[in-house]
Amino acid sequence: MDEPLLSIQDLKVDFSTNRGLVRAIRGVSFAIRKGETLALVGESGCGKSVTAHSITRLIPTPPGRITGGKILFEGVDLLQIPEPKLRDLRGSRISMIFQEPMTSLNPVFPIGSQIMDVLLTHTKMKKVDARAKALSLLELVKIPAPERRFKSYPHQLSGGMRQRVMIALALASPNPGLMIADEPTTALDVTIQAQILALLEDLKEKIGMALLLITHDMGVVAEVADRVAVMYAGRVVEEGEVFRIFENPSHPYTRGLLESLPSNPLYKETKRLKAIPGSVPDMITLGEGCPFANRCPLVRPECTLAFPEPTTLDTDHKVWCYAIEEEPVL
Amino acid sequence: MAESVSATNELPSIPGDPSPFVRFWTSLRKNNSAMTGLGIIAVFAVVAVFAPALAPYDPLIQIIGDRLTPPLTDGYFLGTDDLGRDMLSRIMYGTRISMIIGVVSVSIGSLVGGLVGMLAGYFGGIFDRITMRIIDIMLAFPYILLTIVIVALLGASLVNAMIAIGISQIPRYARIMRGSVLAEKESDYVLAERSLGAKDGELMFSTILPNTLAPMSVQATLGIGEAILSSAALSFLGLGAQPPTPEWGLMIASSKEFVTSAWWVVTLPGVATLIAVLGFNLLGDGLRDVLDPRLQE
Amino acid sequence: MGRLILRRIVQLIPTLFGVVTLAFFMLALSPGDPARVMLGERASQARLDELRTQLGLDRPLIEQYGLYLSRVVQFDFGTSIKSGRAVTEEIADLFPATVELALAAMVFASFTGIVLGVLAARKKNSLLDTASMAAALIGVSMPVFWLALVMIMIFSVGLNLFPTGGRMNIRYYFTPITGFYLLDGFIVLLREGDPKYLMSALHHLVLPAVALGTIPLAIIARVTRSSMLEVLGQDYIKTAKSSGIPDFKITFVYALRNALLPVVTVIGIQFGLLLSGAILTETIFAWPGIGKWLYHAIEARDYPAVQGGIIVISTVFVLINLLVDLLYSVINPRIRLQ
Repeated sequence: MDEPLLSIQDLKVDFSTNRGLVRAIRGVSFAIRKGETLALVGESGCGKSVTAHSITRLIPTPPGRITGGKILFEGVDLLQIPEPKLRDLRGSRISMIFQEPMTSLNPVFPIGSQIMDVLLTHTKMKKVDARAKALSLLELVKIPAPERRFKSYPHQLSGGMRQRVMIALALASPNPGLMIADEPTTALDVTIQAQILALLEDLKEKIGMALLLITHDMGVVAEVADRVAVMYAGRVVEEGEVFRIFENPSHPYTRGLLESLPSNPLYKETKRLKAIPGSVPDMITLGEGCPFANRCPLVRPECTLAFPEPTTLDTDHKVWCYAIEEEPVL
Repeated sequence: MAESVSATNELPSIPGDPSPFVRFWTSLRKNNSAMTGLGIIAVFAVVAVFAPALAPYDPLIQIIGDRLTPPLTDGYFLGTDDLGRDMLSRIMYGTRISMIIGVVSVSIGSLVGGLVGMLAGYFGGIFDRITMRIIDIMLAFPYILLTIVIVALLGASLVNAMIAIGISQIPRYARIMRGSVLAEKESDYVLAERSLGAKDGELMFSTILPNTLAPMSVQATLGIGEAILSSAALSFLGLGAQPPTPEWGLMIASSKEFVTSAWWVVTLPGVATLIAVLGFNLLGDGLRDVLDPRLQE
Repeated sequence: MGRLILRRIVQLIPTLFGVVTLAFFMLALSPGDPARVMLGERASQARLDELRTQLGLDRPLIEQYGLYLSRVVQFDFGTSIKSGRAVTEEIADLFPATVELALAAMVFASFTGIVLGVLAARKKNSLLDTASMAAALIGVSMPVFWLALVMIMIFSVGLNLFPTGGRMNIRYYFTPITGFYLLDGFIVLLREGDPKYLMSALHHLVLPAVALGTIPLAIIARVTRSSMLEVLGQDYIKTAKSSGIPDFKITFVYALRNALLPVVTVIGIQFGLLLSGAILTETIFAWPGIGKWLYHAIEARDYPAVQGGIIVISTVFVLINLLVDLLYSVINPRIRLQ
């Protein structure tokens, strides 16, 4: 196995709130290889966005604070390098796109100049060249009539178009390595969602960059991801190749997630979606044990005491669960 | 604390759900700006009420031999003015005047403006259009100019200054009230009451009015500060209080010739004005933070 | 855009009509007799009646109003009782002085206010933020004329840095060209290479401009700060950060450009208010502008002058508000391109 592009090791992030300290991320680890798509899945509030924002240290500080762990990008710990060096990486080697295309572009500048700005920040290009490059990026993300759209303001574009512009903005660098897409299709219509996902996949192939896709939608995962990391309440509970996870979901939470999908065979029989009973724990009072213990059908006494070590099930499939040994291997 | 207890008792007991007033007071107590402002205002209010008991001298009595005594000399804590009057006593009595001006002119402005805004917003139509046109025209006059002109016409006096400041403040209250009434008028609870057969008057004054008090009270608090400043300006121009009234603006005006010789005569009445107005501005800012739900996170 | 401007100008007409009407009736209905003011207490009844006929004061009020309106639309505000000169002429003479002072005050207030507001927002809850916002709150709580006096006391009398009043060293026997002394001084510098007029004009302008500008400065700083704080929390700032745009550029270009939208409105309103605030400052600094002139006109019950002054100041106030609205739509693409 070659050296991963990005490797997150035991990341811990706290937020101080009026109610008390929220330990939002409690030791998250996963890795992304060059050119692959990793989907970070989990319901809202599980910490997947916080994890993504931690990579480029864009957590609002205060109230947030990264309290431990390593984030190695091409072997360099992003949590240790000085701010200016990190800024050089942002937008050039690691770029991000966000959930809300409506509000993620600056409303008072034309989209073309916003893309040019990023290009001029990271390269020694001349303005004419930056303009040409920006135009070609708009073309690359399949914006019709890019020449005319160049001078458009964000409010003149539809949500799908804006998300395309966001992607162009994220690609505005000579050498993109990793794109972090934080719920890039959640705010869009279903038809547009499919287009944007197809575009992301297509671009990833063309450019050869890796994609960290944050989503709560298992359907999206099945469509585009190579590998998956499932998060629950600040922990990764299962990680592995997408097929293995879908074929053999080993953590009770992953199973619950998949069972609640309409594509679940059970759904076809009963026409009723299965929901995971119980609710997400309070992140302030939650102890050291497995966060899923209070909802878990296989809960054991040790579950509430400490979080388990990972069990390797296959070459590329890990799960963090005490109940795993007893499970019959399928 | 006594109010909070009685307030909770009035409610049909929902345990753990304090009355709006208690909730308001609890969040106001946590607001530093509001509490500082309230403290300043309380001190000024006490001085205003008990000025005769607190002031060491009669504010009008002239001791010519002690003219322009610097502060902390010969028993004059803040010194004396050019006519040998005790500055501290004059500033204390000035507190009365400024507080009264602030409260009276804001009462005029907010009652008239509030009523106009309520009627315009509630009934709409031609009345709304005409009154709002007039309000627009009044707003076309810069505030201080409008005040100066009105008082110049009515004749220079303290009472006329209050009336002029009150009139000049009418537009803002009218606008705020109209805006909140327009917003409340269409809300579900008003529609519900209306469908139950509530009369216009009842709807306006017992259903809608309480819900417009938040923005109005913020504006009124800030308005008192502004009224104090305006009255000082009018007196400074000779259009407000007349000598020998111990009004702060007038005291500053009559000190003009002493900029070279007696700093305290110039500075102190202004400092008093500044602190009083600051108190109202702090309270107003704090109230806005507490009452504006958009700012609450 | 053109249609927007046209529509706004048309909307202005009833407001201005209302201003003229209000100014006329406020003075016409006020107690006091202009003829008596002009001739003094001991004038004979015959002289008074004669003057009243001459001024048209014997005619019905509505007729006087009609007459006044018809003259105002030709920029004729009548003759000053006090000086005997045409009010329009007097205003035209004094206007540059007031505009120069107000502009200087506003430039000072806007620049300093915006910079302070931005810095405070950037370092929220820092010492700089707390201190500058406390100073701003004190700034809005001060009587302007008191601040002016204290500044004279400190900087003119105490430190002898600035003159106490006037617009130009009186020994220079200066003949104005445009009436804007800074500009005039600059013209002389270009023509004759003598900078002393420019320097003297500047020297006289500093103190009144700072005094007049302090309150707007405080207000602008507060608005800039809260607007910046709101903008800095927006998603597009996160986008800019994640794109590696330098902090400095994010603050002063990406964020400020958005944050300025409400600030522009405030600057406009404050500029309009400055013109009337000049009544106080001009009086203290012996600045020969509209404010000081209007103050003396009110004092002398010089009706035509007061009417004219009110109408002109209010008109300028309204025009500035219009200009600001238009400027707002120019810098805000969401309105401009609708």
